[in-house]
Amino acid sequence: MTNHGDIAEYALRLGDDALVHGQRLCEWCADAPFLEEDIAIANAGLDYLGRARMLLQYAGSILGRSEDELAFLRDAPEFRNLLIVELPRGDFAFATVCQYLLDEYELLFFEALTNSKDETLAAIAAKAIKEVRYHQRRSVEWMRRLGLGTEESNRRAQAALDELWGYVAEFFDADELETRVIADGVGVDRSALEVVWRDRVGDLLDEVELSLPGDEWQVSGGRSGVHTEHLGHMLGEMQFMQRAYPGLEW
Amino acid sequence: MSEASDLEQRFEDKIAADERIEPKDWMPDAYRKNLIRQMSQHAHSEVIGMQPEGNWLTRAPTLERKSVLLAKIQDEAGHGLYLYSATETLGVTREELVAALHEGRAKYASIFNYPSLTWADIGAIGWLVDGAAIVNQISLQRTSYGPYARAMVRICKEESFHQRQGYQIMVRLAEGSEAQKQMAQDALNRWWWPSLMMFGPHDGESAHSAQSMLWKIKRMSNDDGRQKFVDQTVPQADIIDLTVPDPDLKWNEARGHYDFGEINWDEFMQVISGNGPCNRQRLGQHKKAHEEGAWVREAMAAYAKRKAETAHD
Ligand SMILES: [Fe+2]
Ligand SMILES: [Fe+2]
Repeated sequence: MTNHGDIAEYALRLGDDALVHGQRLCEWCADAPFLEEDIAIANAGLDYLGRARMLLQYAGSILGRSEDELAFLRDAPEFRNLLIVELPRGDFAFATVCQYLLDEYELLFFEALTNSKDETLAAIAAKAIKEVRYHQRRSVEWMRRLGLGTEESNRRAQAALDELWGYVAEFFDADELETRVIADGVGVDRSALEVVWRDRVGDLLDEVELSLPGDEWQVSGGRSGVHTEHLGHMLGEMQFMQRAYPGLEW
Repeated sequence: MSEASDLEQRFEDKIAADERIEPKDWMPDAYRKNLIRQMSQHAHSEVIGMQPEGNWLTRAPTLERKSVLLAKIQDEAGHGLYLYSATETLGVTREELVAALHEGRAKYASIFNYPSLTWADIGAIGWLVDGAAIVNQISLQRTSYGPYARAMVRICKEESFHQRQGYQIMVRLAEGSEAQKQMAQDALNRWWWPSLMMFGPHDGESAHSAQSMLWKIKRMSNDDGRQKFVDQTVPQADIIDLTVPDPDLKWNEARGHYDFGEINWDEFMQVISGNGPCNRQRLGQHKKAHEEGAWVREAMAAYAKRKAETAHD
């Protein structure tokens, strides 16, 4: 039997990934390169916020805290998201490459999580995988447009890729808690996803004339609460209302 | 009878019979121009209106409110898209319409030139601004130009959700702490008069109204719309104990309507001529996003071309 605390923590990690990424997508509101993209980014944002809510509700049901307490009343070191989702939103190339790398990872991750012995996580994964398939089709198409479009778009996409590549190793790192939930058949062994992920991403980068960056610079720490400087600023904004007016209903 | 006046007669007959004018039908040049002006202004309003609401998206107080607000703003972007497409049936392109906005030749609803300063403003915008827009848009479902009327039918289906989410925010605030009540009252104070201004000048003073009414582009006068909005909104304020900021507001039993005070038309003129608090910010943001997006649109076009060429090889 998996310890309930472990499941709560595991759900919280996944919920934080979705919440922090969803919050970054909200920053594109009325700022996309054209109106159809405003709609598409909002669509993805809604998927991530919906997923964040399900996962935080589930974690909260075990921890005795509401989704909003978890989202708005934890400080940065208590957040457990992957670093890649908290990076400043950047230009459209940065956002696109980030989304693509994440989509390929989530595709493998949620596919595997649908087999979780934890029924709630399996059900959330079953819903998520449908959304992720759609996101991935879209981001692949954008990678083609940027990589094969103009010299400028290719240059911007390459610069984004070089920057973001330092954060992809974290997709595949497992700590002790994760090792326990994997052993119980609840969690996904992310290290097992890496080879397929690298194959798929490598193939696409090749196709769209972008070059694979080297692995010499790698940063991690999100899962243990050691974040970039950016997360605190994001939380300052996101949590403003609950911090300025504690304990009220909205 | 000459061919031109024959066409004109057929057009007038259709309008008189309440039939819809469709894109392929002959229409007077002035009718087409008038529609392009009004429809593109409507489209720009949907899009610029995303900004004051987007201002609170990253700070929404709960995850549920954040999701609902994002869905609402996404709807508005969709409304902009339907309306640009409907306007394009008149023989203009979206690029031309956006250029006209950027060059100050096209307007958008001047209410969006006011700032959204607190969370309560998100409530007030949904309740009042969408509430006023609905009154107008319901009447436009019967507008004489087919594509515009059909766009309005789709849009109206979504608008009642917008008004409701705004009012629910206000209800929650009005039931809340002193600070929350005050926040709600302050938002009502700031958004009430601009909402009444959304209906435009008095009927006698409206530049395009008379001709638009004759052509049945407009189906309701500015003053009638405003009265309708006041009549339906004041009781909603009463229910949640908020005070409409108008000392002259009073139920008139004989008329069966509320009497209300005079709008500050100087302020109205200032804001529509570009001197509202946020005119420069709103237009500046739209231009910035458009300019920063230029390389993206170019890449998309270049890729589409490349793909088409390889398909031919
Ligand atoms: Fe709308
Ligand atoms: Fe609306």
